[in-house]
Amino acid sequence: MDVLTNNLSLYGKGFLGTVELTVYASLLALALGFVMASFRVAPVRALRALGTVWVTVLRNTPLTLLFFAVVLGLPRFGLVLPFQLFAILALGCYTSAFICEVLRSGINTVPKGQGEAARSLGMTFGQTLGGVVLPQAFRSVIPPIGSTLIALAKNSAIAGAFSVTELLGTYKSLSEMGYSIIWTFVWIAVGYLIITLSISALFHFMEKRWGVAR
Amino acid sequence: MAVDSLIELRGVNKYYGPLHVLQNIDLTVARGEVVVVIGPSGSGKSTLCRAMNRLETIESGLITIEGTPLPAEGRGLARLRAEVGMVFQSFNLFAHRTVLDNVSLAQIKVRKRKKEDADRRSRELLDRVGLLSQADKLPAQLSGGQQQRVAIARALAMDPKALLFDEPTSALDPEMINEVLEVMRQLAREGMTMVVVTHEMGFARSAANRVVFMSDGRIVEDRTPEDFFTAPESDRAKDFLSKILKH
Repeated sequence: MDVLTNNLSLYGKGFLGTVELTVYASLLALALGFVMASFRVAPVRALRALGTVWVTVLRNTPLTLLFFAVVLGLPRFGLVLPFQLFAILALGCYTSAFICEVLRSGINTVPKGQGEAARSLGMTFGQTLGGVVLPQAFRSVIPPIGSTLIALAKNSAIAGAFSVTELLGTYKSLSEMGYSIIWTFVWIAVGYLIITLSISALFHFMEKRWGVAR
Repeated sequence: MAVDSLIELRGVNKYYGPLHVLQNIDLTVARGEVVVVIGPSGSGKSTLCRAMNRLETIESGLITIEGTPLPAEGRGLARLRAEVGMVFQSFNLFAHRTVLDNVSLAQIKVRKRKKEDADRRSRELLDRVGLLSQADKLPAQLSGGQQQRVAIARALAMDPKALLFDEPTSALDPEMINEVLEVMRQLAREGMTMVVVTHEMGFARSAANRVVFMSDGRIVEDRTPEDFFTAPESDRAKDFLSKILKH
């Protein structure tokens, strides 16, 4: 117990670091995933191809490799950012590929006739997607998006290896100080549980509120 | 006919893989005319109807609405589609919106009407199809016949120049078919230009100016209903009529 009480500020900093990474990367992943999903169902072939390439490349690259590519690669092109921003970029882009596919499967659950009816009324592709298809797709993708964001929260631990302050990284300092490794990890795990269970609760609430009625 | 043609098809061909579903279709629909398209399943009549607002693309030929060729995807196509309403076999009401919103949505988004103006127009149209009292319900709470009447109101809300009906009563219980046909008959009397794909021979007889009989992707006969039903020319039409008029 004194591992926690003696090092509250260290744990706190790590916890906040993970929360920040999770929140910002989630927002980036949702925004990019939304754009890419729109591309993948667009009537323009070039956009569809771009969406497909985005998903294929990012979903099939190990996240650690992606971190290396961002942290070591982007500065070569003159883009030097704080490590935390690099981490958010890597995590957000990686997760956006999964969000894109979740959204696309949601779009595919909406009967084709809904989009046809909207188009037959003269609505443009954007209006059809935004006003008719996505609101209905949204209801069925709440649970899988929750799962994807929980995975993101846990994946953020990789950022610790790239000198970003986050929860898992606190173990290094603590073990140097000679604390029991088991208790150190137990409290780290509790920290992750608080974050992931909060995400679960949020999405459970959203599902109750907006989910498909059965 | 050609003097005031609203919809014109010239040499239209469409394939589904090796299947030639529309073969050299020529068809003119004049303003105010009601054209009923009948024929056996798989004859291409639904495809023909859907091609008229490019829900189905065609491989060759020309489709014009008021002399303007149907544009490819994009805003031009959207604008033209707003002028040609469509009613589907499976209603396709927007499942997440109320009946009133269903009728108002495209008025607001496409015609850029204010919400109050759109809703007022929607209520008028719902009243006209006898469903004003259902305005605040969701589509799933309505019967099939009621949903289809809402779908007709939704199409009318755009003030279209023509309406396309793709088997509007085929998914309905027999009791509900009449309430939908009655609305369609009313529209026909008011001079709406209509293309109706249907199996309702009674409607074809009573409301159509012309009957187009399709078989295997071709237009086999294109005549007045009296001529077609009393003296069909082709063997294919005779065979078809003998099968369906028996019961």
